[in-house]
Amino acid sequence: MRSRAVTALTGALALAIVSGCASGDATRSASRTVTYWLWDANQLPAYETCAQDFEKRNPGLDVRITQMGWNDYWTKLTASFIAGTQPDVFTDHISKFAQFADLKVLAPLDELPYTNKIEDSDYQPGLASAWTGQDGHRYGAPKDWDTVALFYNKEMAREAGLSPEELNNLTWNPEDGGTFEKAIARLTVDENGRRGDEKGFDPRRVKVYGLATNDAGDSDGQTHWSSFAASTGWHYTDKKTWGTRYNYDDPRFKETIDWYFGLAKKGYLPPQKDFSETNGPEVQFGSGTAATALHGSWMIQTYYGFKGVDAATARTPVGPTGKRATMMNGLADSITRNARNKEGAAKWVAHLASADCQRTVGRSGVVFPATKDGTDTAVRAYAEDGIDVDAFTEPVAEKATFPFPITDFGADVHGLMRPAMQDIYANDAPVDTLDRTNDQINLLLSQ
Amino acid sequence: MTVTSTASPPLSTAKSAVTRPLRRITRHRGDGALAAVFIAPALLGFLVFLLWPTLRGIYLSFTQFNLLTPPRWAGLDNYVRMVNDPVFWESLAVTVEYVVINIGVQTMAALAVAVLMQRLTRSALLRSVVLAPYLVSNVVAGIVWLWMLDTQLGIGNQIIGAFGFEHIPFLTDEAWAIPTIALINVWRHVGYTALLLFAGLQAIPGDVYEAAKVDGASEWRMFWRVTLPLLRPVLAVVLIMTVIGSFQVFDTVAVTTLGGPANATNVLQLYIYNSAFGRFQFGYASAMSVALLAVLSVITVIQYRMTRAGHTDLG
Repeated sequence: MRSRAVTALTGALALAIVSGCASGDATRSASRTVTYWLWDANQLPAYETCAQDFEKRNPGLDVRITQMGWNDYWTKLTASFIAGTQPDVFTDHISKFAQFADLKVLAPLDELPYTNKIEDSDYQPGLASAWTGQDGHRYGAPKDWDTVALFYNKEMAREAGLSPEELNNLTWNPEDGGTFEKAIARLTVDENGRRGDEKGFDPRRVKVYGLATNDAGDSDGQTHWSSFAASTGWHYTDKKTWGTRYNYDDPRFKETIDWYFGLAKKGYLPPQKDFSETNGPEVQFGSGTAATALHGSWMIQTYYGFKGVDAATARTPVGPTGKRATMMNGLADSITRNARNKEGAAKWVAHLASADCQRTVGRSGVVFPATKDGTDTAVRAYAEDGIDVDAFTEPVAEKATFPFPITDFGADVHGLMRPAMQDIYANDAPVDTLDRTNDQINLLLSQ
Repeated sequence: MTVTSTASPPLSTAKSAVTRPLRRITRHRGDGALAAVFIAPALLGFLVFLLWPTLRGIYLSFTQFNLLTPPRWAGLDNYVRMVNDPVFWESLAVTVEYVVINIGVQTMAALAVAVLMQRLTRSALLRSVVLAPYLVSNVVAGIVWLWMLDTQLGIGNQIIGAFGFEHIPFLTDEAWAIPTIALINVWRHVGYTALLLFAGLQAIPGDVYEAAKVDGASEWRMFWRVTLPLLRPVLAVVLIMTVIGSFQVFDTVAVTTLGGPANATNVLQLYIYNSAFGRFQFGYASAMSVALLAVLSVITVIQYRMTRAGHTDLG
């Protein structure tokens, strides 16, 4: 009995050692593969096509794509850097870029073959330069861009007597909300059928909200309050990129926030408690509990894909400065510093950033590629689907966009602003509480 | 294995009396080696996955560490920051609120279920049904409840609305969120806890109940005077285990509220996780983990002493 147990144990150990060796061999022979991670499932087919083209042109190189959801993506990426199992190439977001650059986990693309030929001028203005670190090196190859616009339910707008022209030419100010507030008040309907701008409207029993909620917006408010705040001339930081001070204590910002969350008290915006991870703005819009939603161009196919809901888009309103503003953000492909196959990775990134691959992505009509040519291809693809995307592309042509804030300590800024903004939205905390949060943030940045 | 060696009856001959001590010595040495082989995996696991990480965690709590560059010695900085961090104290308070509701309700419900299983039915099917929620993973349970309790779309609120009541923001309101999460976890764990207590009830001799019945005690009185006192050691161990588990609540919060709204459900484990993996402050996160370890150790010792978990009243 004893000897049998020992034999079994030895056997198990031997098996473990053998299988350990086997997996070790697998990684060593993997130098011909390039591993690539992305989070957007909608974009996966387009990049699979790109990978096929790439493999045809580079026989022997094999691209392995892994897709996982946004939340798991960043956790897994962090863990992979620690464990040394990071992908060779991954889709990067500007909000994470500063931190990764600071942790020195990204490879400078200007020092690698193939990617050192990437030029800023090959892409829509501002997209490539955003990925230049404070050390002057390029850490991301532009892949696509997005802006924010107002999705609206055509049927509900018609019933409210609002024409597409009116909705596309709304004005806004933080005092009375301008024609934007009038429009969403008109689109709001309570359980008795009274509209938000009618006498006897009950803001506590609302059936259809004028504007969908997407929570409090954390530190960027990209699809929440950012368009309004920026149209007052406000910007997150003292400099457009790599700012050293945040401006969440600016009176223009606080007025905007006061007005924006004030909409919930008026009944035009759902209260914070109506928002949940399962009840995002697209769900509210699709289920008919919201008439409009501010959201990004990466959601176009989702908003236009709802059965029984006829969607259209309008541009963000003209603000007190007389100009519109919408956040223009772009994703990029980054190579990890310890990539197993750096040369193959550089080749793949150069291909992803090329006109060819970006045109392929454009043809799929799910996102706007970073090259001008790719963007035009995408616009045509959307048009073939009967979707007018002017509300997203016009601001770029008119330079009515502003960038995502990029600074050091991005994760800390997010960590501090998230509860602070939720406190204002959910618990009616005064906007002046932002002064203290802003001081905390600037104290961090001054270190 | 030991059974086979002790089962052989000793021979009552002079010869065997001489050889026996010798044989016993060799047998013992053999058992030791075998025991080492059997203990090795558990010991290895304990050293690699528990003792070493704990010691390293304690070391890291005295450093500034972002995981990818070497740790820098920071002395007591992290602990000073922790004591002065209002978010830490809030999250500790939120965690305590969660534990009180979770353990309070769960223990009472589990005790009731266990006693009913003991006194009313012995159905194995019923026992399986009671245990079923425990077989669901925390994340799946969290997501299912998140959907069911959604303020606007959840079936729970649709039913509440159908009766003419206002929708309840179960997981999105400051006041409701923690009790809701606590009750979701009660739902998941009550069957398991009940089963542990049920096993404890099985150990209480039936004649005690018979004697009580002869004396004319009611079921209610038997519960308070017989069941509860005799169950105390098991109940104490179950309490210690569930309280420790409860303090470490994480997954349900991570899938339902992410700590919101406005930190109302920012339990300690979530704060530790976000500090470490969100903000790369592994030194500070380690300091908070050490604090949690200290809190749990103190609570466990107090519980152990107060409930006299090591002693039984069965004579």
